[in-house]
Amino acid sequence: MLRWILGGREAQGTVEKSAALFIGEEQPKNCFTEMQVLKGHFDIVRFLVQIDDLRFASAGDDSQVLIWNVETGECLFALRGHTQQITAMTSYTFVRGRNAHTALITASSDRTLSLWDPDSGHRVQNISDLQSSVKCLLVLDRLDVWLSGGNELCVWNREFELQCKTVHHSDAGISAMVELPKNFIAAAMDKEIVIFKLNLSGSDIAVMAMRHLADHQDTIHSLININGDLFASGSHIGELIVWDSVDWTIQAYEHILWEEPAGDSQSEVKLTHQKQIERSIQHMSSDGEYIVAAVGSGLYVYNVLMKSVVAYRKIAHDSNVLHTMLQEDGRLMSCSEDGSVRMWELQDLPLPAEPASSGFFGMFGTFGRSSKQTGPPAKKIPEVPSLRSLELIGDLIGHSGAVQMFLSFKEKGLVTCSTDHLLIVWKDGELQSQLRSLAVFRKLEENQEL
Amino acid sequence: MIGSPDVVAFTKEDDFGDSFSDPCSLPEEFSVPLFAHTASANPWTKTSYAKFPKDFILISEFSEQVGPQPLLTIPNDPKVCGTFDLNYFSLRIMSVDYQASFVGHPPGSNYPKLNFVEDSKVVLGDSKEGAFAYVHHLTLYDLEARGFVRPFCMAYISADERKIMHQFQEMSAEFSKASEFLKSGNRRAFANELEKKLKDLEYTRSVLHKETELQKMNNGCYSTQAIEKANELANVEKSIYEHKDLLRQITSYPSRKKKDVDFVHREAEKPTDMSVMDDTLNLNHSDTGDKAVETESDSRKSTYTPQLIKAKSAKCFDKRLKTMEELCDTSFFHQTLEQLNIIEKSFRGDLCFIYTSQIDRALLSKQRVTSFLFEAERDQECEGTSKSFNISSNNPTVPILNLSGEPMSLESYTTCIDVDHIKPSVESMEGPPESSTSDITQETSEAADTETKGSFSSDKSIEAFGSVSPSSLHVNFFDGLERRSKVSIASPSENASRSIAIPPRTSDGNLVPMDAACCIGQDGFIFDEPLPELAQECCGDTVVNQEPQSLLQGDPALQVDYILEDSESPNMGLTFSDLNATVLSEEVAKINIEDVSDSTSFMSASTSSDRAVSPFTYGSALTLKQKKKAGHSALRFIRQYPFAQQAIFCLLSGRTLVILGVDEGTVRKLVNALFIFVPNLGKYGETVQPWLSSPFQLTDLQRWKLIGLQRAVSPAGSSILHSLNRYSRYISILDCDNKTLRCPPYKGTLISHLADHRTQIKRGSTYFLHVQGMLSQLTAKAFLYTFCHHIHLPMDVNDQGSVRSRRTNFLLQLGYTVEESKIVQYLSELIKQHYIQGAPKGVNPSFCFNYTTSYLYKI
Repeated sequence: MLRWILGGREAQGTVEKSAALFIGEEQPKNCFTEMQVLKGHFDIVRFLVQIDDLRFASAGDDSQVLIWNVETGECLFALRGHTQQITAMTSYTFVRGRNAHTALITASSDRTLSLWDPDSGHRVQNISDLQSSVKCLLVLDRLDVWLSGGNELCVWNREFELQCKTVHHSDAGISAMVELPKNFIAAAMDKEIVIFKLNLSGSDIAVMAMRHLADHQDTIHSLININGDLFASGSHIGELIVWDSVDWTIQAYEHILWEEPAGDSQSEVKLTHQKQIERSIQHMSSDGEYIVAAVGSGLYVYNVLMKSVVAYRKIAHDSNVLHTMLQEDGRLMSCSEDGSVRMWELQDLPLPAEPASSGFFGMFGTFGRSSKQTGPPAKKIPEVPSLRSLELIGDLIGHSGAVQMFLSFKEKGLVTCSTDHLLIVWKDGELQSQLRSLAVFRKLEENQEL
Repeated sequence: MIGSPDVVAFTKEDDFGDSFSDPCSLPEEFSVPLFAHTASANPWTKTSYAKFPKDFILISEFSEQVGPQPLLTIPNDPKVCGTFDLNYFSLRIMSVDYQASFVGHPPGSNYPKLNFVEDSKVVLGDSKEGAFAYVHHLTLYDLEARGFVRPFCMAYISADERKIMHQFQEMSAEFSKASEFLKSGNRRAFANELEKKLKDLEYTRSVLHKETELQKMNNGCYSTQAIEKANELANVEKSIYEHKDLLRQITSYPSRKKKDVDFVHREAEKPTDMSVMDDTLNLNHSDTGDKAVETESDSRKSTYTPQLIKAKSAKCFDKRLKTMEELCDTSFFHQTLEQLNIIEKSFRGDLCFIYTSQIDRALLSKQRVTSFLFEAERDQECEGTSKSFNISSNNPTVPILNLSGEPMSLESYTTCIDVDHIKPSVESMEGPPESSTSDITQETSEAADTETKGSFSSDKSIEAFGSVSPSSLHVNFFDGLERRSKVSIASPSENASRSIAIPPRTSDGNLVPMDAACCIGQDGFIFDEPLPELAQECCGDTVVNQEPQSLLQGDPALQVDYILEDSESPNMGLTFSDLNATVLSEEVAKINIEDVSDSTSFMSASTSSDRAVSPFTYGSALTLKQKKKAGHSALRFIRQYPFAQQAIFCLLSGRTLVILGVDEGTVRKLVNALFIFVPNLGKYGETVQPWLSSPFQLTDLQRWKLIGLQRAVSPAGSSILHSLNRYSRYISILDCDNKTLRCPPYKGTLISHLADHRTQIKRGSTYFLHVQGMLSQLTAKAFLYTFCHHIHLPMDVNDQGSVRSRRTNFLLQLGYTVEESKIVQYLSELIKQHYIQGAPKGVNPSFCFNYTTSYLYKI
């Protein structure tokens, strides 16, 4: 596209590489026609947490937490206190008096945990004598306690008092936690999922490991709740396991193998190609029915109820997908190390069953050929009549580094954070224009110029 | 584009009869005075009988040794006054200085008294010489001069009587500033001189004292020598007393005068000198001066060694009088010259142009909602003067025409005819003695006026139209004017700034409808009936109903700035032909050499670097001149590049245009050509980056709407290309090496009118005016679109969808294509953001864009 400028051969290469996914500049379904760049961080921004309808917090490697107004783009507070990068951040809503009050809990590599009041910008609580840095935080609203996971699992109450903790675990520590029914907690520790139970007797809380689920062959990167009955985990080598939340049995097992087995006439070429394909499940999100898994640079949509793959894109991005989201309207969003956010729509294939396959593969363009003879999991594809395609409907380009995460404020916009130290709020230009018009007339009225 | 001055010249008055009233015509308050049509009269030959080619400023002195003499002219060039007899004219202008008659020792006081007299301002005419002058008299103090005063005057000499009359207020204000510089400097110098003299005297006294004692000792008390010495001593004592008193007077110069409005303005610009100066006078002697001042005067004290002087210095006529520069502090003197140069510049050219630009400024000041988009910020050099021109910068309320008064009576009109050739009578020359602003009453000025009328003598070639002291200025001056032309300029406001029609009181106390928009003089400048509707319009200065009207009426004269910059043109005539180029024929325009070069140079795609002409130097504001020059480049661009329209479309719709090239000169030249199309350019052209050799960031795209980018074969170059590639959806790229443009398509007629490569316009400045006119129309539409209530407000809560369709339909109804709608929408967004200005500090503004396919255009 810009070959005429770039001229060189290497440029041509990149153009061709993403050609199949290049959506072009005409994006009628992309409503994000306005952006606002928020500057404030001076290192990688990794976390975004929504505080309320208007505010969110961002944090990252520069050890500060910034609180922003999503509508104006104003930085409300800079919360400084940590000395090293932030490793986890979550919002903590509790009822004080009659009003629900939201605070922020942050964990940092400097082995501190802090509670911040986003209304005043003050550090309300701070714990600095931790034995290890915390990698994940989980708030149990029901019990009004919160958990921190690092090398050990600690349970804290609202006043930042340690209630109990587990013994020292492996060096890998807890990388993710989800809440299960009946005061159980599932925690991902390297290749295992450990089920903990919180015992409440009066005001005392005790925690104990109930079971180790060692069905994954490799490190678990992602652990999410699907609905009240199920949770899912994804591992480094593309294993996606759906578990029963109550009895912790495997409900479904998918091993996502993007590669096809060797034996083809072009095997040699493909072998070199296979190695490049990353199939680690970096991130998963779910709306209770579907799971979207970020597998390498691809996307994988799985229907939990049907226990079948709905759609997939082996190469959805030019680089690893870091974060995904399922929207209410059935659209998907994903962001990647390649610096872009992409929006996808699940579209029904034109024709079901057999004839569809040709159309399907045709649609997939260059890599349709590799999908033709898929491995065991992909074998299902022709058998599943409900297989749909994942169509790119728009992309957001603005960051010059990996987009770490995004946060949707629905019609107010979408916030993305990135390695390039920036946050970008993407907004619906038409809507913003209307809001500005309203503001103009409001001001006219105030000034009595109407 | 045709500006109204061009039109007027060729319009007979009766072309605008009552029979025809154009609904789109200008409100009359903004109309330009018509040229008095007489058969076979060339409107531009009026000035031909004057002995000087153009207006100039003359400073003269009434020297006590040689009488009136010219000191200097501005511009300081002997050619400027031609064959005009400066000596003769100096005599004329100095002869009306009434203040000379009461200098010296006022009766009843036995020691000298300084009069802090106000300057006098008069208008003089010399019909033989064809010269008319605004004359500003002032006195400076000089210890060695008779009565300690030296009368000076500054005169603005023009061949155009109407200009002097019409611009009297402005000239008065500007010359007052200059005079204030002189007088401030003079007060300082005078105080210093007094101090020295006092030292001398004290030293002399001590010497004399010793001698007297010696005489007494030697010769006894009553020897003649002793008596002589005693007398001498007494004289010295008296002299010391007098000088001390003088010093007290000069240092107790009323401080309120320092807070003069005009003065404050200047003070802001030159914070050091001016404030220090008067403080020096006051504080030096009360021992609380600020350090710098103290040390300065201390050093002066220490370096000065007192001399023995004669107690009574005889008035000798062979001694050298101090020059003006010596009289005033040097820095003040230069400030004065600077100010006079500004005055000369700002009143250059024909009255029509000065007048039109005043109207222009007045109108622009009303368009604060939209003027930021395309209108040039006022030139720096004009800023000083525009202060007083600007109708609503000082008083934001719109001028209200007073309708209560009956139209001027015919009687008063008839009386006026002969009044303008009057000999200044003795009474009027004298003026009010001891004139301190307050004690002048209307009665006195009225008396002066009637006296003036009485002593009518037409064979005298020198005419004083009114001799006024500042306080009586308005009353007296305008009284006379009203009689002459049934209209008057009026502003009794203190700061002498102009406001269109605050009705001044005439001598009989009735309110008379006045309109500054009218010129003075009988010749076709009569403006006797302000329209009632007009007044109403003016009263209701709401943004919504006022702005679009003035814009939509679409008179190009309102949109362009006619500040005349005739420094390039050798004489007035040529200047006029320049501006009439479109009206007359293109041939006329060819006279101008610059123009010829224009039309030839665009043929060759020159790649020579014209970095020197680049208007983008950091920290300096873009001037109108630069923009007009850019018009020339733009004209060349649209002729040279067939895709110019697409490029201009990108700029107008807010899509950043990147001009990519190897050669800096070429890139800068293209940036130069295109920057006039950038909306919201900013005073310093902040939204344009003429030359960038590092990769740009996303935020740069928000900031800059026009970027000149270096194409380089280096690591930096490849990262530049990478950023181009990455943000390609937000930018358009004009590759000036390959002569290609990659941008979204444009369909429509708007820009083809704006940038027609077959345009007949040959001059850059003409084209610039054309562009300005078109853009103003566009701005008007954007304004309409922005502030049309019904298309933006949802009918009910669930009505968001219909807003969108109403907006689209509205723009379609205005006749815009989809692409043109984008332009209007972009401008509208800018207007909204500018109006709200709600973004807190440090927050990046939002950046709007579209997802549209780009195409590659080639030559």
